[in-house]
Parts: sequence; structure tokens; C-alpha cells
Amino acid sequence: MIENSKCECGHNNPVGTILCEYCGKPLDEELKEKQTIAKEMRYEGKARRSQTLPASPFDMVWNFFSSVKVAVILILITLVTAGIGSIYPQENLIPETDRLGYYEQHYGFTGKLFYVTGFSHVYETWWFFLLVAMIGISLVVCSLDRVVPLFKALNNQQTVKSTEFISKQRIRDQKNVPAEEKEEKLQQISAALEKKFYRVHRDGDSLLAEKGRISRWGPYINHIGLILFLLGILLRYIPGWYLDETMWVREGEIKRVPETPYYVKNERFSIQFYNGTQSENEGPIVKKYETDAVLYKKNEKNGKLIPVKKSPILVNHPLKYDDLMLYQADFQMGLLDSIKLKVTEKKTGKQMGTFTVDLYNLDPNHVYHVGNLDVRALEYYPDFAMKDNRPITKSQDPNRPAFIFEVKEKGQQEGEKSWVIAGENLDSLTKQNKYAIDLAGLNMVNQSGLLVRVDKCLPFLFVGGFFTMIGLVMGFYWQHRRVWIRWKDGILYVGAHTNKNWYSLFRELKQIESLSEFSLQPVKK
Amino acid sequence: MEKLMEYLLLCTFFLYLLSSVTFVMGIAKDKDQQNEKKLRRFSNLAVGMAIVGVIFQTLFIITRIIIGGHFPTSNMFEFTAFLCYTIVIAFVILYFIYRSAVLGAFVMPLAVILLAYASVYPRDVQPLIPALQSYWLYIHVTTAALGQGAFGVGFVAGLIYLINKVGFNRKGANALWLEITLTVVLMFVSFSVTSFAFAAVHYDAKLSHIVDGQPTVEEYTLPPLVGPHDGKVMNMDSFLGLKKPLFEAPVWMKGNKAASKFNSVIWSVLSGLILYALIRLFARKSLREILHPLVKNLNLDLVDEISYRSIAIGFPIFTLGALIFAMIWAQEAWGHFWSWDPKEVWALITWLFYSAYLHLRLSRGWHGLKSAWLAVGGFVIIMINLIAINLVISGLHSYA
Repeated sequence: MIENSKCECGHNNPVGTILCEYCGKPLDEELKEKQTIAKEMRYEGKARRSQTLPASPFDMVWNFFSSVKVAVILILITLVTAGIGSIYPQENLIPETDRLGYYEQHYGFTGKLFYVTGFSHVYETWWFFLLVAMIGISLVVCSLDRVVPLFKALNNQQTVKSTEFISKQRIRDQKNVPAEEKEEKLQQISAALEKKFYRVHRDGDSLLAEKGRISRWGPYINHIGLILFLLGILLRYIPGWYLDETMWVREGEIKRVPETPYYVKNERFSIQFYNGTQSENEGPIVKKYETDAVLYKKNEKNGKLIPVKKSPILVNHPLKYDDLMLYQADFQMGLLDSIKLKVTEKKTGKQMGTFTVDLYNLDPNHVYHVGNLDVRALEYYPDFAMKDNRPITKSQDPNRPAFIFEVKEKGQQEGEKSWVIAGENLDSLTKQNKYAIDLAGLNMVNQSGLLVRVDKCLPFLFVGGFFTMIGLVMGFYWQHRRVWIRWKDGILYVGAHTNKNWYSLFRELKQIESLSEFSLQPVKK
Repeated sequence: MEKLMEYLLLCTFFLYLLSSVTFVMGIAKDKDQQNEKKLRRFSNLAVGMAIVGVIFQTLFIITRIIIGGHFPTSNMFEFTAFLCYTIVIAFVILYFIYRSAVLGAFVMPLAVILLAYASVYPRDVQPLIPALQSYWLYIHVTTAALGQGAFGVGFVAGLIYLINKVGFNRKGANALWLEITLTVVLMFVSFSVTSFAFAAVHYDAKLSHIVDGQPTVEEYTLPPLVGPHDGKVMNMDSFLGLKKPLFEAPVWMKGNKAASKFNSVIWSVLSGLILYALIRLFARKSLREILHPLVKNLNLDLVDEISYRSIAIGFPIFTLGALIFAMIWAQEAWGHFWSWDPKEVWALITWLFYSAYLHLRLSRGWHGLKSAWLAVGGFVIIMINLIAINLVISGLHSYA
């Protein structure tokens, strides 16, 4: 085998080499029959690992992932899978109870199939993850398999190439040039190519003009960027690197930001509308959703809250502090926050005064002073209901607040108990009571829904994206063009190669006067 | 000011139209191969008109910014018109690389069709909802559209390749699919024409139905062949004796005005087919045979390269605009750089498709016919994302 890869020029090539590493002469017998070797020029005819080494298990995996065909198939499978997943809404967008029923009811049999096959949460499935991971592996292997030989080949280019190599390029021609005109011709061509920003090397009677080699590294830099991006996404599984929570804060409330040492106060939530945008069909167009927020951090020693940032939170303008980001996401208007109650002496109808009960933070030990009375809440049921003849609360939300108050006159040992249930008159229940407690007013507030985010992988993703862009620009906005000129035995050979855009190269060479007598139209494929 | 804006758009439209006509005349006169000089003159004139058209459209955009206070890429009309703008820009750039008049003869009519299609959608300037109030709106959308514009030129070059290669074929899958592709383009034409015709006679129909428990009125500008699910006719101008919709939209079509959009699709398909039948009847030729003479003397390798080159130019721009800038904005607006929203998924699909195209072409040597079909397929995906995703699926992106 080794003998086969030894070139006439005396260079020993590794097994699997198609074009001599040194002089470029085609080594494969079949190639000698071909009109052009443009296709073989892709990796400079170098032997690639995947095509040379015997198959150990590692190599089999390597060979599998080094194939662009496999990469394209993986891309297409991912593409189709992602597309199917977008036909119906994903699970996270539909009500949680009875999802199967939801899909079946709304979308019929195909909807049921969508749910049963797992496409309703396809982007979170292990097999979709596996697909993306395989694309990632393919990116690494494909790149390494190609970039190493390519780098070696382009770094060890010889200026003098075999005439067979030159005359098998896709753009090529040859003309008789007498020995005495040779020097002038070579110099003219060299100067003209330099004017077109080629770097021209000369070795004896040969020229090698090259430009845009960075174009060849573009794909690999792009792939590095993509790998960084994919790895960046994996980083979010490191504890503490990624937080995705939601929270509600009422106006005036200070609330702990879930899983962080921060607290947030909602000073005000407001909606603004554009003037005159109300139509018969639709309401006015919203101009602004805004939460005026203050962010606090808890001092670990004394437990005090220290304000660290005060800023409005708007859609598209989250509050950012350190790694923490708070987004305006939702709102509720007119939420019952506290109620005002009044105490009346039943017999005389005399108003004793009023007190306000905070429905969210009712302190059982707090004593409300109403005139000469002391009022205390003994029991509080935010969401009152009766079950088995006993009062219970269905939730902690004050949907139907109910209380048992104790009303004491100053100095009195034991006060009287009084029931208050929102929306009900209970006078008949406590006929013997001296004082009556009634509703005097409701205090409504708005509530902001905030998204809480910490994402420490963002810088990695950003760097990944940056590399990808640099790679793409290098790869697509530059072309690696080379022109070989060689004078041998009274003939001037011209050959040119580009990794893409042949007609642009043709147009460029056509403008060079000293090459005008050569026909440099690319050979048809 | 608003009048000025309308006039600028009208001028743009006619400049693109004139440019198309001039390009077609230029290449049609080239039959005897003697008119090299004439062709040059015609194409210089045509590309000049295209450039002036671009300038007018730029002025149109500027006036609209002044009126609305924001960059006009926030609804269907604005975006489609902008896509038309980017296609013409991409064409002008490629024209100066390859000097291909045939490309102009096909791209410029496409620009005209797209601009007419865009104008069917409501053209009034709308204020921006909070989700769109960000400078990323125009950074993200304009770059994505620029990439798509270049893909559009790649599509047209692919189409030219196909017409040349299989335009004279009587039978075969290639010929059939090419005919279907051309018919779909025809549907855009017929839809725009139909819409303008009904708008000219002030056709109006209103149907009411229930959306999420709320009674909603859907307004139709084309006679409702399909009504909303469980809809009631409130008012309907008679059309060929049609007093109520022929049938109802399926339940799951519940996006913003889904039924009337679905109705538009039905109208496009029907009117397109009727137009197609008329053309077949009078020309006694298929669409590909009509177009074939325009492109028959081309260097196919060159057309193939133009198609590839426009996609190669578009790809980095599209990546930047439709993925990277999109992710940055999504992070800023929604707190997630990626939410698997249908529009996002289809942008990713577009990107994956074109990366498959590039790998197949650069690494596996898919040139010519296969490459041309892929260029057509990619643009079909873009149009699906533009029209079908807005129409059928409501997601975070359904503003238009």
C-alpha cells in the first residue's frame, strides 16, 4: 500500500491521499481520466482520519459522526420533529387538568395522537435532547476530522505544482510562451494579481497567488460557536445557575423573591392606554404596563431590609440587579386588600369608630383601639366555608373573609364575641351582643405578576453566538482563491481554484489584461 | 403627510412594475443574440428604476416613521412590504456582482406581487403595544427580513434554473412540481387582484361568534365562503346570491380573526386556479412553457451560482437577525431567550433547512437541479412562517 502513495516527485504520502501533498499530482488512476479535480480539491486531496484508519469501535463511532451525510440527516430529523411540535400548542400553554381530554376535544384524533406520542412536550423529551446532543457530537467530529488535515495542507503549500495538477483545475488553460518572454509575462501576471490583493509567491518559474484563506476557517469557527452555545445551555443544570419563577406582589406589599435573598415592594401598578384607540370591536390599545418596584436585600445580621434598587418594571425593560432579573408579566386589577369595619352600640346606634383589617397580614395579637373599645381578631377565615358544621377556610386568598372578633370595653375582663362574614348580615346570630361590627369600606389594590429569572449561562451563549457569527461571516463573505502559474518547456500553464463562487473568480481573472489571451471560463460540471 | 406616504408607496409600486417590464423587454429582445448592446441598455435602465424604487420605498418608510413614531415592521402589511424592499435590495447587490438581466426579469415581478399582496392588509398606522416597544423590534425584524430577502433572490434564481432545465418537459415530477410552484405564485397575484376588486366596490360582511366566552365580530372584506365556528351573520352584502357562508371553520381555528384569514386562503386558491385555467385556455400552454423562452439561452452553471450566492449572503444575516437578535430581544422582553413559540420554531426550521442546503451543496456536491429545488423549498418555508403561522397558529408573535 505504501508504494502506491509515493508520488513521482519523490514525496511519500499517507495512505488515502488523493492528490500528492507536495506537488499536487493526482495519485488515483481514476482521477487521471477526469476532466477536472475541482471536487477532490475540497480538502486538498488529503487523507482524513475517518477514511484511513482501520475500524476499531472508537473509529466506527468516529466515522459515523464524521459523515456530513449523517449530520444532514440529523439536521433534517430535528427540523421535522420541531415542525411537528408546532402544529398544536405545547402542553405548557394549555390548562393542566386533563390534557389528553383537551387535545382530543379541540383537535380530534390527531390531537390525541399528538399528546400520546409525546409531541405535546417534544422540546423537553429525552429523545429531542438526544437529537440535539448528536448534532453537537457531529459538529465536533466533523470539524476535527477535516480541519486538521486541511490546516496541515494549507500551511505546507508548495508553489511549484505538477502541470497535471494545474491543468486539471476547473479554471485552466495553457499557451505557448517562448523562454525569452517568460520572465516578463510572469512578472506582469504577478503584479496584476497583487493589485487584486492576492499574496503572490514565486519559486523558479512558478507562481502561487492566494487570497481569502480565512474563508476556509469560517466553518470551524462557526462550529466552535455552536458547540459553545449548546454547552452553555447545559450549564443551566448547575445548581444556582438558573432560576425560573413567577410571583405576585400587591401594591404596598413587600414580598420575598423566591429562592433569592431579595425582597421586592410593589409601590404602584398602572396601565396606560393610547388615546382614541377604542373601536366598536376592541378596547383601547394598551400603551404601558408598569410596576414601580423597590428591590431590598436582607441584612443577614439584623434581618433588616435594605433598599438596593428602585426602578419601574415595564414590558421590555426588566429590573436588573446583579444576576437577578424581574420582568413585568401579568397583572390583576381591583384586588381586595383590606376592609374597613365600623363598631356601633346597638341600643343607642352610637358610632364607636372604625378600624381597618389587613386581609393578608392579620396579626392575631394585634389590638385595634376603637374609641374606648379594644377589638381583637380571635379567628380569621380568609376563604370562609362551612364543613361538617364547622367553619373552615378553603384557601389563604381572601375571597370570602370571615372573622370572630372579641370586643372589650376598657378594663373589662372578658369581652363579647362577634362574627363578621363578608356579604352576610349576622345580627340575628348575636342578638345579646352590645356592639355590632359592620362593613364600612373596601380597600382595593392592583397586583403585579412578575417573572423572576437568574441565568448565569447567558454570557456563554453570547460568546457562542458571537463565534458563530464571526465564523459565518468569514466563511461566506470571503472566498479562498488560488491561482497557479507555471512555465515549463515553452508552455505557460494557468490554473485557478476557489472554494466557491467560480463565476466571481472568472470575472476577476477576466479583468487581468496579462491573462486576456487565456480562456478561463470554468469547465461545466 | 399620510397622503404623501400613500403616494410614495404608489410610486414605489409603479417603479418596480416598470423595472420588471423593462427587464422582461430587455431579455425578450435578446432572441437573435445580436442585441448585446440593447440588452445592456435595457437592463441598466431597469436596474436604475429598481434603485429609484428602493429610494422611494426608503422615503415611504421614513414618512411612516415620522407619522407612527416607530419603524414600520410591526404588522402584516408593514412586514410584507419590508420583505419586498429587502428582496429588491438583495437583487440590486447581486445584479452588480453577476449582471444578470434575467434575474431582474423574475425578481422584480416577484417584488411587485409581494407589494400588491402586502397592500391587501390594513395599512393604517397602529400604535405599538407594550411587547413591541423596544428598539430590538426594528433591529431584529429588519435584519431577519434582509436575510429573507436574499433567500428570496436565491429562490427566484432557483426558479429560473428549473424553468430552463425542465420548462419544456411535458411530463415528469420536476415539471409537475414546477407548475405547482408557479401556480402558487399566481395565487398571490389573483388574491391581490380579487381583494382590490372587492375593496373597490366596498364589499362588507360582518359575522359574530364567541371567542373565549366573549362575543366577537369578525369583519370580512371578501365574501365569506367560510364563516367562524358557530358564527351568526350580522350583515352581509350579497355575492352571487350567497346569503350566508358555505361552511364553518373547524373549532381549532381560533387565532386572531382566524376564520376570515382562512376565508382569504380559500379565495386565493380558488381565484388562482380560475386564473390558471384562463391562462391555459387562452395561451394553450402551461406556465412553465410560457416562461421557458425567456430563459432558454442561459448559462445554467451561472444561474446555479447566483442562487447559491444569494443564499450564502443571506445566511449569516438571517442567523444574526432571526436567531441571535431574536434571542437577545426575547431575553429582554419575555425573560426567556427561547420559548419554542411557533414563529421561533419556524425560524429555526428555516435556519436548519438552509444549513442542510449549504452542507449538501458544499460538502456533498449537490448542485444544479437538487440545489435549485432546495432554494425553492427554503423560501416556501419562509412563506409558511410569514403566512400560515400568523394565520393558523396563535403564539407570542401573533401581533398581525
